[in-house]
Amino acid sequence: MKPPVIALIGNPNAGKSSLFNQLTGLRQKTGNFPGVTMDRKSGPWAIDEQTTATVVDLPGVYSVYPKSLDEQVVTDILANPKHRDYPDVAIVVIDASNLHRNLLLFTQVADLGLPTVLALNMLDVAKEQDKEVNAVRLAMRLGVPVVRVNARLGEGVDALRKAVQKQLLEPVLPGKPLFDPADEVPDLIAETKEQYGLTNNYLALQYVIQHDGFTFLNQQQRQNLDTLITDHQFRDVPFQAGETITRYKRIAQIVTEVVTDQRPIGKPTWTQKLDRILLHPIWGYTIFALILLLIFQAIFAWAAPFMDGIDAGVAWLNGQLKESLPPGPLTDLLTDGILAGVGGILVFIPQIAFLFLLVSLLEESGYMARVMVIMDRIMRKFGLNGRSVVPLISGVACAVPAIMATRSIGTRRDRLITILVTPLMSCSARLPIYTILIALVVPSRRVLGVFNIQGLALMALYLLGLLSALVAAYVLKLILKTKERGYFIMELPTFKLPRWNHVGLAVWESVRAFVWEAGRVILAISIVLWVLASYGPGNAMQQAEDAVRREQATLSNDELNNRIASERLEASYAGKFGHFIEPAIRPLGYDWKIGIALLSSFAAREVFVGTMSTIYSIGDGGDDAGVTIRERLRQERNPATGGPMYTPALAWSLLIFYVFAMMCMSTLAATQRETKSWWWPTVQLVYMMVLAYGAAFLTYRLMS
Amino acid sequence: MSKRSVADLKIGERAIIQAFNDEVMSLKLLEMGCLPGAEVCMGSKAPLGDPICLHVSGYCLSMRKAEAATILVE
Repeated sequence: MKPPVIALIGNPNAGKSSLFNQLTGLRQKTGNFPGVTMDRKSGPWAIDEQTTATVVDLPGVYSVYPKSLDEQVVTDILANPKHRDYPDVAIVVIDASNLHRNLLLFTQVADLGLPTVLALNMLDVAKEQDKEVNAVRLAMRLGVPVVRVNARLGEGVDALRKAVQKQLLEPVLPGKPLFDPADEVPDLIAETKEQYGLTNNYLALQYVIQHDGFTFLNQQQRQNLDTLITDHQFRDVPFQAGETITRYKRIAQIVTEVVTDQRPIGKPTWTQKLDRILLHPIWGYTIFALILLLIFQAIFAWAAPFMDGIDAGVAWLNGQLKESLPPGPLTDLLTDGILAGVGGILVFIPQIAFLFLLVSLLEESGYMARVMVIMDRIMRKFGLNGRSVVPLISGVACAVPAIMATRSIGTRRDRLITILVTPLMSCSARLPIYTILIALVVPSRRVLGVFNIQGLALMALYLLGLLSALVAAYVLKLILKTKERGYFIMELPTFKLPRWNHVGLAVWESVRAFVWEAGRVILAISIVLWVLASYGPGNAMQQAEDAVRREQATLSNDELNNRIASERLEASYAGKFGHFIEPAIRPLGYDWKIGIALLSSFAAREVFVGTMSTIYSIGDGGDDAGVTIRERLRQERNPATGGPMYTPALAWSLLIFYVFAMMCMSTLAATQRETKSWWWPTVQLVYMMVLAYGAAFLTYRLMS
Repeated sequence: MSKRSVADLKIGERAIIQAFNDEVMSLKLLEMGCLPGAEVCMGSKAPLGDPICLHVSGYCLSMRKAEAATILVE
């Protein structure tokens, strides 16, 4: 038998996720809701000895009428008893400090005829505001079980379990709906119920108003409903407005009966006092700038020792393996192929962890909402939205979660533009490319006493990414015309101390996803690349080696080995590929070796450094295992000029190329999923690639 | 004469919501607790005076000036 489903429903910031974590702990899983790529968090919850229920955390909403894409999934589930996640019992989490607004959603869910339990949360916050909520009287007035919980501390979970158990065995439904649409439009409701075999009046109303958003209705059913609406001359907007006003009127009566509010009028809370500073015309921006600076400082400076540690560890392991294992193709595959490639990815872990630590701290505390407010006006000028700030900031870590975070943007056009420009923000996968190439051509010198020029060069690349994202957004705003009105109506949550277990969980999840998702791709590409670089068509590689031995017999042993290795690489399959695309990339200053790296990093740009290590360690004699990739690049000679291969012009051309280039399959896949079309990922790929090629070409021409 | 809207309030000023002049926008605002007859108080304004933060039915709601202009006050 299918385990019973318990859905968690509630307003954003009502403590839904805290309660979910209390109920399921580390057993929770993140998946997708069928048909949509919304994150679906679920986990087991033992109700009694026989029953283990599945708890599903639904996205936070203010009402059953969705205002953005991520909200749509809630009604789509609650209106469809055949849905996998249709709850046997709905737990509605209510913020007791704002009973009024929270009860709107509750009464709608209860009117849909679902067995509900009301979890009364944040009573401590209400108390701080001198409000007392009488839970017993609330239960009597609403006709459903009410349980007092403290989701942060996990208090009341047992009582909640008992209430849910009771509702599962014999559901108690409130006798009379708070709002009955049949009072207003009896014929329309009766006909809808009859045609669709429904028993609940409010559900019938949802069919009428929301049928376009219901995935379980077919085209024919939708058209029928449209006809019904026309026949009855039903106007949904005024009707909905009337419904909300009626509900609030009745809720107000309930609230005055159950809440005693003794707050002295006009006494500001400490959230209000903080807001005066954080939203201040000068201090607001100053503080935001300082916080951004802190984030960058953490990513680049604080993470460095950890990264050096990991780097050294991988190099040491590589050396040990080469010494202890018998020489042969398998050892080479393990060290030059796999370890060189995977090592490149492990190095990112400290940076990803720091970034997600800080971003989730900002979100947890409630500060991120303030950032959206102070940035909205500026972002709007560029066709974006205050809510675009979070995707753009997260884009510095990885564009994939950033693109998924755009779902909270209610306006279609703003969301689309945000998705299209987010990958221009320099993500963490570009960082090692930046780091290595900058170290090659920018001297490590201090200017003005404090700033390291290498750091400034890095910052310039990030700013270039941000600037190009804004310009691209502006251009898209001019191209994409819309009649739809953008809006920005958002609750400012009260400031809270971050929940460390939430922050820890977010960091762990992001690091795990990064290592696992990116790691698999890199592992596969490293192996394929190693094979392609180690073997060639026929005996071409052997011939190349013989030719070197014949012609260069006077060279010293070391130099001869290096020469042989590099000639063999050129004759290999990988070398052939590199030569094949060389004409296309020659104008940018790249040779066939860089061509191999470009090709292999086409699917994932983080592969670039790994490929470079693989190519240059294969193309090297191979006995100097301790030499870093940076040294190898520095020693690389340009066969045409005899000077260093990596001149400033070439390095900057590569750097600029990687600032703009859309070299990430996962991002394109995310864009495809989120826009539900192949057109937009294609647009994204083409505009970014053209930008990258053009900018790199200009850079190389101007600098050489 | 043109009616005053929430967008015209000064920081700290209170007013009673009377009506909305935009039907579609009013749906969202109603759900968020901006009801005719409810008291609102201009909490703070973002730099450049837009968006604004409004205290209404016991919490803080931020919106753009254009959206605030659809809420008429007495």
